[in-house]
Amino acid sequence: MSEEIVLTYPISPDDFTRAGEASSDVKQKLKQMGVSPDAVRKVAIAMYEGEINMVIHARGGVITVKIAENAITMILNDQGPGIPDVALAMQAGYSTAPEEIRNLGFGAGMGLPNMKKYSDTMEIQTTLGVGTTITMSVNL
Amino acid sequence: MTVRDVQKILDAKVLVGHEMLDKDVRTACGSDMMSDVLAFSKDHSILLTGLCNPQVIRTAEMLDIVCVIFVRGKHPDDIIQDMARERDLIVLETPHRMFSACGLLYMAGLHGGAMS
Repeated sequence: MSEEIVLTYPISPDDFTRAGEASSDVKQKLKQMGVSPDAVRKVAIAMYEGEINMVIHARGGVITVKIAENAITMILNDQGPGIPDVALAMQAGYSTAPEEIRNLGFGAGMGLPNMKKYSDTMEIQTTLGVGTTITMSVNL
Repeated sequence: MTVRDVQKILDAKVLVGHEMLDKDVRTACGSDMMSDVLAFSKDHSILLTGLCNPQVIRTAEMLDIVCVIFVRGKHPDDIIQDMARERDLIVLETPHRMFSACGLLYMAGLHGGAMS
């Protein structure tokens, strides 16, 4: 891959059953490009957790995926409420997800920890009342 | 063991993937919380769950899971089954409860992934 490929996905806030479609599409595209299975899996899991978070907490947003020679970068941008305490949100098991989300199998407080676990770098920029941008990369 | 062995041990009905039952499985994970499943990541795994919604199939897709088993007789609807079919995922349904289903497979030699 000599040139960077950029994919953009608007994430709809309305339908939880459709959450994950963007991650699924990225996974298929990376597989077709011949990216190593280990990197594909890391990107898919990290992005899927992020996509679910955007639907649960931030009324959707936009995910941009940049595929370059050395790394895949995912930029998750939302205009949600922001994260009041990032260190607390990073703790495994801490969650503010409502009961109905737990009933759907999420809100176990593993979203951000999993995103960190499966990415090689992760940066969170968040402002209360303005939104959050999470940038994750997986090295190739 | 193969998915066919798993099917026999759990008295399970095959809903999707009859033609793929000879696939090899090496580890298993049982949970209703998909984020917990995503924290665990092993090759050639099966997922046992009592959760019955499309996110189960998406979670399995992200992890390259071989087979999803719905416990306690939970029956996935056509949308969920179609999603699994599109992703070459095997879907089984067992009347056993989660604890019993996991125990039966463990006794037969199928273990969970190492703690990490």
